[in-house]
Amino acid sequence: MHRGKGMKFVGDSRIPAERKPNIPKDYSEYPGKTEAFWPNFLLKEWMVGSVFLVGYLCLTIAHPSPLERVADPTDTGYLPLPDWYFLFLYQLLKYTYASGPYNVIGGFIIPGLAFGGLMLAPFIDRGPKRRPLERPFATGFMMLSLAAIIFLTWESVDAVDWKAKEAQGAIVEEAAIDTNSDGFKIYQENGCINCHGDTLSGGAAAPSLVGTGLTPEEIAEIAKNGKGSMPPGMYKGNDEDLVKLSEFISTLEAE
Amino acid sequence: MLNKIYDWVDERLDITPMWRDIADHEVPEHVNPAHHFSAFVYCFGGLTFFVTVIQILSGMFLTMYYVPDIKNAWESVYYLQNEVAFGVIVRGMHHWGASLVIVMMFLHTLRVFFQGAYKKPRELNWVVGVLIFFVMLGLGFTGYLLPWDMKALFATKVGIEIAASTPLIGHELKVLLAGHPDIVGAQTLTRFFAIHVFFLPAALLGLMGAHFIMIRKQGISGPL
Repeated sequence: MHRGKGMKFVGDSRIPAERKPNIPKDYSEYPGKTEAFWPNFLLKEWMVGSVFLVGYLCLTIAHPSPLERVADPTDTGYLPLPDWYFLFLYQLLKYTYASGPYNVIGGFIIPGLAFGGLMLAPFIDRGPKRRPLERPFATGFMMLSLAAIIFLTWESVDAVDWKAKEAQGAIVEEAAIDTNSDGFKIYQENGCINCHGDTLSGGAAAPSLVGTGLTPEEIAEIAKNGKGSMPPGMYKGNDEDLVKLSEFISTLEAE
Repeated sequence: MLNKIYDWVDERLDITPMWRDIADHEVPEHVNPAHHFSAFVYCFGGLTFFVTVIQILSGMFLTMYYVPDIKNAWESVYYLQNEVAFGVIVRGMHHWGASLVIVMMFLHTLRVFFQGAYKKPRELNWVVGVLIFFVMLGLGFTGYLLPWDMKALFATKVGIEIAASTPLIGHELKVLLAGHPDIVGAQTLTRFFAIHVFFLPAALLGLMGAHFIMIRKQGISGPL
């Protein structure tokens, strides 16, 4: 760098008037097969990047990102599950001595020690040796943590009923319901509304009645004799009303 | 033509030293997969950065449609997913990118750890890297709430309860995140949006800048 007297500037600015040549460094005398980053290595990096991007886009096309139904804070039957990379922390909170009165252990002390240890690794593992086998404690603790993360994630995934999970969040189709019709009044009076809901879209205990694709006779049959977790004899009215009710339900179609 | 433009700018701003600083650095043989295939483990850091760039770009496009308000958030995401041209691809890239960035960052962390590359004089860069890891987890956590679907709301409630179990400052942390001592609602959504889109990305860019400057200053760690 030029210093002292004799410096020339561009105009009244502080930019030196003397141009520096824009040429790459010479790497030929560097040890081994050292390469210049620009442009030699960057071109290869871009090739790796393109292959990666193709895989990434295939994943995106094959599995569109999920969207469940709109958040309903009143639906207390919903069982939440965090994103997969938080599952190990979530699973930890299910064990007796890491939850309830010991919540602070599972929610704070164990993760705090693990992540704190990770952050301070260079100040704990201070020796000059770098090979994994020459620093058994560092390698051992990391292997142990990895095993714990994999085990906890596995346990968490294993405990989930994925079919039920998909069903509980599915977007429910809604129908325009005439709440003044005879059918809806019968629906209300017989207590169907308690489980199937005021929009007939179901709930935690019962499926949706919108767009069932069933005939009125089939619906009448279910109303009298039950189906699945619905016990028989839920409908207590007369046969004439049952016809009205089942016709009302069978005509419900999503908008 | 391009050279003339370059020279014109260079004469006024002296950009050559800056440009040579960015472009000129060596790639030693032991990190170059073209010479030793096992050196592909050195790609994980770069791929993390690559996915981060995709996250920033796709996120910018998502905010063109997304509305951070409890009445419209879900509707806007539904519209984006089902009506907007390529909306499903952009949202899909942002969704899967969130997972990929965690995977790549995790592999990068393991590479650095098992090679002992964090040892003197690179301790500070390791600490900054772990901070980047935390920021990424924070981005994942706050981004989860934004579509305002069932999963978003209830997973966030769990997350906020965990945050509330922090000793001493638990309650304050919960109110800071949720905007209310009891309700996870409108305030929470706008707060998470602000944290996800402004606060954490700002922290991330600063930390990544520090990460890269330190690598450039110290050079990559030598072969084992």
